[in-house]
Amino acid sequence: MLTVSGIDVAYGRSRVLFDVSLEIPDRALVCVMGRNGVGKTTLLHALMGLLPCGSGRVTFDGSDITGWRPERRVKAGIGYVPQGHEVFGQLTVWENLQVAWEVSTAAKASAIDDALDLFPRLRPLLKRRAGFLSGGQQQQLSIARALVGQPRLLLLDEPTEGIQPSIILEIEAAIVGLHRDGLSILLVEQYLDFAIRLADQYVILDAGEVARAGPASELGEPAVRQLLSL
Amino acid sequence: MHVALAQLVTGLSISAVLLLIALGLTFTFGQMRVINMAHGEFIMAGAYTAYMLQGPLGHQSLLVALPVAFVVAGAIGLVLERLLIRRLYGRPLDTLLVTWGVSLILQQVARDLFGAPNVEVRAPTWLDGGVDVGGITIGANRLFIMAIVVVSVTAIWFYLTRSPQGRRTRAVVENRQLAACSGISTTTVDQRTFFIGSGLAGVAGVGITLLGSVGPTLGSNYLIDAFLVVVVGGLGHLRGAVLAAIGLGLLRAYVEYWSHASIARVVVFLAIVAFLQARPQGLFVLKTRSLQ
Repeated sequence: MLTVSGIDVAYGRSRVLFDVSLEIPDRALVCVMGRNGVGKTTLLHALMGLLPCGSGRVTFDGSDITGWRPERRVKAGIGYVPQGHEVFGQLTVWENLQVAWEVSTAAKASAIDDALDLFPRLRPLLKRRAGFLSGGQQQQLSIARALVGQPRLLLLDEPTEGIQPSIILEIEAAIVGLHRDGLSILLVEQYLDFAIRLADQYVILDAGEVARAGPASELGEPAVRQLLSL
Repeated sequence: MHVALAQLVTGLSISAVLLLIALGLTFTFGQMRVINMAHGEFIMAGAYTAYMLQGPLGHQSLLVALPVAFVVAGAIGLVLERLLIRRLYGRPLDTLLVTWGVSLILQQVARDLFGAPNVEVRAPTWLDGGVDVGGITIGANRLFIMAIVVVSVTAIWFYLTRSPQGRRTRAVVENRQLAACSGISTTTVDQRTFFIGSGLAGVAGVGITLLGSVGPTLGSNYLIDAFLVVVVGGLGHLRGAVLAAIGLGLLRAYVEYWSHASIARVVVFLAIVAFLQARPQGLFVLKTRSLQ
């Protein structure tokens, strides 16, 4: 579904990703892991078009999307949940979902209801400003907003970071359900146990390069744990 | 009591003019953070639109001029945004200098087209006279300006809170990157926002023709007042702009009564300086649970 071929990404003159290649097959859940600062979020920014690729290319469903703007990628079927439970704080919960639904050409009429079914905790909060939600509720809203556009590939950047345990379980259940329903998912995650429970495949980044990749069953191996330890 | 009431009416009248000229800036400066020094020239374009229409249309020209000026000034603003300003987003000093240059060019274009001397826009006969309220006569032209303000503020409020395009504007203003990643075309939103902000300046220009003659520097005379209203109100807050305009208008009216116009202006400026020292973010600011 998504193929990344040898991309280099830099902030100005400072290169962060070096010749990164990976593949997200249709209906697969691929987990990108690595220590802090190895380039995981930078990789997602590059996949969403928020950062340009210096070289290499990104293809989605056979189309070369390397130079596409973020909104074009969203319309093509890529949903993105950024790190840090980002929401439009001035807009109400309903407006956060509505604004994503209105610009989506693929979304069906029930898309907002479907997203709320996944996170029923949000239903009584629809009229509340998103800026006043708790971190966990904001993360659920952020995922729901990405789902309203009915993407075929979902990019999730550390969805459990700084979230209370009970909501982590709800988010995990939602991701498992989405994966079971056939959604392709690229999950950036720090917690190994969480990744082991969810992923089909993994990619470990180290110093901006792909250090190791393979089936999720390898995630428990000492060599893999070594790459993730401080 | 009569004096206090009279100054209240005068203050509200000044407030209406302040708010009228500041409304466009709540979009381009308040929402998009673009310091557009040519904003005054959009006001001037609106005023000259009213002047051009009064010949063929006579006494009804003012009503026709309002939507026409909105489109004319909006179109000029859109061209400016497409040609120059979009290349300067995130570079406020460059934007300020470039738009200042554009402002001078537009003033010169107006001189070439309409001549250097000021021209008059005749108020229609249905705006002659005034309305008596508790022994105080309010000019019909002032009431007309207040009506334009009420209609404009209501329309903007509905646009921002009730329309899909308004929701997108608020989303882009708050978090441009997140908006793009939610599928919103930020370029289209920028263009639309600039068109509306510039168009509202054109509407203000039509209203201002009721208060005096029209010249190439008409808009630039009002520019500072417009910026002050937007900054005191809090960037991008319509409610803040309304309250700031009312506060500044009333303050000026009452101080003018006890002293004179120049002193009142100085007092207003000092009050703004003191206010911004205590509350640099203006009357209203985004409140969330985050620490930012």
